[in-house]
Amino acid sequence: MSKELIRLTDCVMAFDDEVVLDKINLSIRDKEFLTLLGPSGCGKTTTLRIIGGFQTPTSGDVLFDGVRINAVPPHKRTINTVFQKYALFPHLNVYENIAFGLRIPKADASGKKVKLAEEEIDRRVMEMLEVVNLKGFEKRRTTQLSGGQQQRVAIARALVNRPRVLLLDEPLGALDLKLRKDMQNELKRIQRAMEITFVYVTHDQEEALAMSDTVVVMDAGRIQQIGSPEDIYNEPENAFVADFIGESNIIDGIMRADGVVEIFNRRFQCLDSGFNKDEAVDVVIRPEDVDIVPEDQGQLKGTVTSVTFKGMQYDIIVDFYGFKWLIQTTDLSPVGSRIGIKIDPDGIHVMKKSEYSGMFGDYSSYSEEYEEISDASYDPEEEDRDEE
Amino acid sequence: MRNKLSWFAVPYVGWMALMVVIPILIMVVYAFTTAEFQGTLENYAEMGVYASVFLRSFRLALIATLVCLLIGYPVSYWMAHEGPGFQRVAMALIMLPMWMNFLLRTYSWMSILENNGLLNQLFQNIGVIDLYNSAGTLFTDLRNSVAIRFAEDPAEFIPIKYFPIDHFELIGTPGAVVLGMVYNYLPFMILPIYSVIVKLDSSLLEAARDLGADSAGVFRKVILPLSLPGVLSGVTMVFVPSVSTFAISRLLGGGAQLMLGDLIEQQFLGGAYDPHLGAAISMVMMVIVVVCMVVMNRFGEGEEQAVML
Repeated sequence: MSKELIRLTDCVMAFDDEVVLDKINLSIRDKEFLTLLGPSGCGKTTTLRIIGGFQTPTSGDVLFDGVRINAVPPHKRTINTVFQKYALFPHLNVYENIAFGLRIPKADASGKKVKLAEEEIDRRVMEMLEVVNLKGFEKRRTTQLSGGQQQRVAIARALVNRPRVLLLDEPLGALDLKLRKDMQNELKRIQRAMEITFVYVTHDQEEALAMSDTVVVMDAGRIQQIGSPEDIYNEPENAFVADFIGESNIIDGIMRADGVVEIFNRRFQCLDSGFNKDEAVDVVIRPEDVDIVPEDQGQLKGTVTSVTFKGMQYDIIVDFYGFKWLIQTTDLSPVGSRIGIKIDPDGIHVMKKSEYSGMFGDYSSYSEEYEEISDASYDPEEEDRDEE
Repeated sequence: MRNKLSWFAVPYVGWMALMVVIPILIMVVYAFTTAEFQGTLENYAEMGVYASVFLRSFRLALIATLVCLLIGYPVSYWMAHEGPGFQRVAMALIMLPMWMNFLLRTYSWMSILENNGLLNQLFQNIGVIDLYNSAGTLFTDLRNSVAIRFAEDPAEFIPIKYFPIDHFELIGTPGAVVLGMVYNYLPFMILPIYSVIVKLDSSLLEAARDLGADSAGVFRKVILPLSLPGVLSGVTMVFVPSVSTFAISRLLGGGAQLMLGDLIEQQFLGGAYDPHLGAAISMVMMVIVVVCMVVMNRFGEGEEQAVML
């Protein structure tokens, strides 16, 4: 485990009484890939801008390597940013965009401003072009590049300064799906090769799970959960996290004893413990953890109300006593058929009740929700920013 | 026509042909003919006499453009960085004088700058002229008392006499003409620069700061180069009317600051009636201005979004 590099303690950000960040506590380790994940307006970009120095928290501390940096302006931080819309300089070509930071005289150990030698600049720019696979593009104007290429110039421009931390604000949001997948691998590769800390902001949970060492799930200005992608997916802290990460059926349950949870008046074996006896809980069951069995063998019995073919599997919606479940299965059960289901103990995850209880879980409005998910690249926050 | 809507352009094209192309053609014909409409280049040979007028026109227009730029750029920059409410008010204030007739505005400056105009009266009343006179007397006396000491023959020494003034010479000077130009054309400098700066993507400025540039660096390396197209169109929009102005130089220059516009006007309406020479001067001026603009455009060619006229 590498040492801590950045720490936010009790960071509050408020604009005219509107609290955007509510006492954020976050520790970022050196060389890790940390993702701030959440819906629009959850405070993830604000958190990033605080780390970058573009905003100063209303209260709380920002520590970098143990030093308080609340009031240090962005140009004095060894942190660089890849902006959402790349923010490449339109009056400079690819080479000069990347060399921008290198051409600024930096104070050396004695505090004297020194310029880098032209050969050194050239060497480092060329090296970065190699890293981002853009050799031969140095004389191009940035406006002649595709979105993916512009993205890579923006990354090279930030990395060439050898920052300790790279901040990325939804860098892949504007790219199409295929390119986004490629760039995810590319970013991961660059992060490993350069051995620097990445702090990545996204609202795309798949992206977060695929790339990160640590995922920070945020909503309404608060951190909902911090953990590895596996932890976040398998052991969500509350109904919000369970719903936001992947697909999940969230059902009201009662904890009858350690390892025994009751849903729909039936008792199920589970692996969770440490709850009070008869405590009301939220139960998460992932669609892929449900086994379909003949009706008479099922722990629960229901009617299939909708079937969607998804290529690898069928997404079927099953009505259990008025509650609609999403189940992913490779066997087709036609609409209207009666089926039974079985759930293994490790397929059940029990969570404490939270303010989010009861807000998610029923798939009766499945088709609408499906559209939102498939349109993950659409971010209403972006449009708000344009209007400003 | 492919696009049905392009029929809407017909009145405009017709208007332009009637009011721009045909007059230019007439001008070209006049410029190369004698009064009897015989082909000639004599009009151009005659023009050498007016070299000083050409020189003065371009010099004063250049100075006015430079002054407009020096005032206009900081004002635009400052406006663009204030809140939207402030920008609206500032914009209204800048446009406000333009709602008044151009001649009227220039006449007002006349009555301000005249020998017994508002400004001189003000100077008189607050004692600036008296102060100037006492300072003048003092320096003259001082100079005389020093000079007499070094004079070879003090008896024959003739002291310099100080003649007190009762007003400052404001009107009729090149300065007054430049003032009139700056006053009238400053909005044409501010508007294009302001509109370029206000549209600058703020994330570009953040990116520059992020990459290590301090405020001066952000301005020099990002804001200035990106606002150059606005500067170019501002310079064009001030320089072209300045170099060809005639009312300003006549009213504020008091006839002593004859400029190209006046010269041309005289050939058509004034005593020196010779429309052929007037057309030739106009041609030369047009060519010089076009050449200037082309050269300027070359400068700004690097800028992808060059917004020229």
